[in-house]
Amino acid sequence: MNGTHPPPELPFREETEAPDIPWQVTARMFYANKAAVLGLIGFTVIAVVGLFGPAILQADPFDIVGAPLTGPGEPRPMGTDYLGRDVLAGMIHGTRPTLMMAVTATGFAVLIGISIGALAGFYGGRLDNLLMRITEFFQVLPPLVFAMVIVAIFGASFVIVILAIGVTTWTDLARLTRAEVLKIKEREFVMAARAIGMRNRPLIVGVLLPNALPPLVIAVTLQVGFTIIYEAALSFLGLTDPEIMTWGRMIGLSRDFFFEAWWSVTFPGLAILFTTLCIALVGDGLNDALNPRLRGR
Amino acid sequence: MPAVTGKPPVLEVDGLCVDFAVRRKQVRVLSDISFTVGRGETLGIIGESGCGKSMTALALLRMIPSPPGRITAGRVLLDGEDLIQVPEKRIRAIRGGEISMVFQEPMTSLNPVYTIGNQIAETIRRHKGISGAAAWKEAVDLLDMVHIPAPERRVHEYPHHLSGGMRQRVMIAMALACEPTVLLADEPTTALDVTVQAQIFDLLREIQEVHGTCIVLITHDFGAVSEMADRVLVMYAGHKVEEGTLDEISGEPRHPYTQGLLRSMPEIVDDPADIRERLPEIPGTVPDLLRGLEGCPFAPRCPSAMPKCRDRPGYTRLGDHRSVKCWLASEGTGDRVGS
Repeated sequence: MNGTHPPPELPFREETEAPDIPWQVTARMFYANKAAVLGLIGFTVIAVVGLFGPAILQADPFDIVGAPLTGPGEPRPMGTDYLGRDVLAGMIHGTRPTLMMAVTATGFAVLIGISIGALAGFYGGRLDNLLMRITEFFQVLPPLVFAMVIVAIFGASFVIVILAIGVTTWTDLARLTRAEVLKIKEREFVMAARAIGMRNRPLIVGVLLPNALPPLVIAVTLQVGFTIIYEAALSFLGLTDPEIMTWGRMIGLSRDFFFEAWWSVTFPGLAILFTTLCIALVGDGLNDALNPRLRGR
Repeated sequence: MPAVTGKPPVLEVDGLCVDFAVRRKQVRVLSDISFTVGRGETLGIIGESGCGKSMTALALLRMIPSPPGRITAGRVLLDGEDLIQVPEKRIRAIRGGEISMVFQEPMTSLNPVYTIGNQIAETIRRHKGISGAAAWKEAVDLLDMVHIPAPERRVHEYPHHLSGGMRQRVMIAMALACEPTVLLADEPTTALDVTVQAQIFDLLREIQEVHGTCIVLITHDFGAVSEMADRVLVMYAGHKVEEGTLDEISGEPRHPYTQGLLRSMPEIVDDPADIRERLPEIPGTVPDLLRGLEGCPFAPRCPSAMPKCRDRPGYTRLGDHRSVKCWLASEGTGDRVGS
């Protein structure tokens, strides 16, 4: 036959080695990013506290244990708040609800935001118009007031608060997803995927979204921090479940006493900052580790 | 070169028209395109950028961006089945199954977030409905078939690990995954250098020989056409201006555009006397389709334009698979103008 090219007789070393296993490469990439590992450790610590802390420190965070507004020291390492409640107990018992709320509410917002953004960006035309008008409708409503209305109507239970936060915060994610999908849709590999007979749903889920992931991961990690603070605002207005202690609630309740008792707001505030930072670092590390372009370094 | 006559064509395009709605105007991007491709045959479609070559390929797969594009007339018959009429589900099965396409830019036409094995296996699974492991095995075999060294290792690599030529081989492997009857190659070698181009062409020929695939090669490079094609279709501004076998087109071009195209290619015409002279170009640029074309689309640039060219010429049939859209040919005068 005219000029077929046989493979070289002497294989390169890399060709004889066993191929890399994808998840191992991802793990190695993640591990190489020290900040991400630090974030993961930090987040694990918080999660462990959330899981086992309440079992170890069985004090009720709502109990009045001493004089109000005593500073940190023996026997209350983080002092007491304006009603004489132990801040440390609140911190520890507040971890689990705070994390659960942050993760589920963000997850809910992500679900709505990404679905709407992807559909609008992919199909375009009338559907895009319709979905974007809906998004704008949600954007122009003051989110806090909207969430207040939802909670006021349906009651201040934990689940309702999560839904209220999710329903009012998905718009930015929707816009971001739409913009990314619009951009990626024009790339040639999308055309190529259609040319091999790919249907729309696998095209969106399997081709467009994975390529849109990097900016979305960043946005989602930021969203987690935002959700925690948002819940604090709702708590401050007394619109969350009064039976459940969260960090946001602690800040909200003690806000007026900041100058007399800095510890009652600073510790939960630091906890929120720390958690958000850890999640952001992990998100960034994951993003790098999952991005095939950055591999093999 | 096998001249396929007698046998029924595998792919038959008949009177294909595509319109684009631009600024409330209907712009005809493809006007009455007809051609056939037989089994094991290669048809080269040649023309300048924007003349509708790629649009033709996309129209065959019904992948014209819509809106604004729309196929307004014509038939695309694949083994007698009209692809313009079949339901959406069927056309999806045809894409990548019976007709597959190799794109121009190997650098960007593979999905960057998946390994190449993943992408090839995906195609196989989608069309043949076989399990993951078997599809993976076939992906390795396909990579081997397109002469990628160490395929068992390469399947795990991502597109950015590979060179342009390698990626184009992967694209070809993916296109061949389901043994298509028709392979649309849209400028498969434009982004590659000449040696790699030769390898890719060797590969395509080899595959054609083994599987009897029809290849529609879209290019603006007459060198590529003369190396690969059995028959040639010359396009200009959405019109098929001339059609014939490779020998007829390169040896005896009838349309002034084809003649101009050939004169601007140094190696094609064996003309040692002229070899050091400045290459003649076709004056002017491709017409703006938005303005609407009256008469012959090439007339404003044509060296032998005449008053009659204000009317649009029809096809003049000069034989089987040989036609020219020019008044000169219909009058039977003035062939080989100015050479």
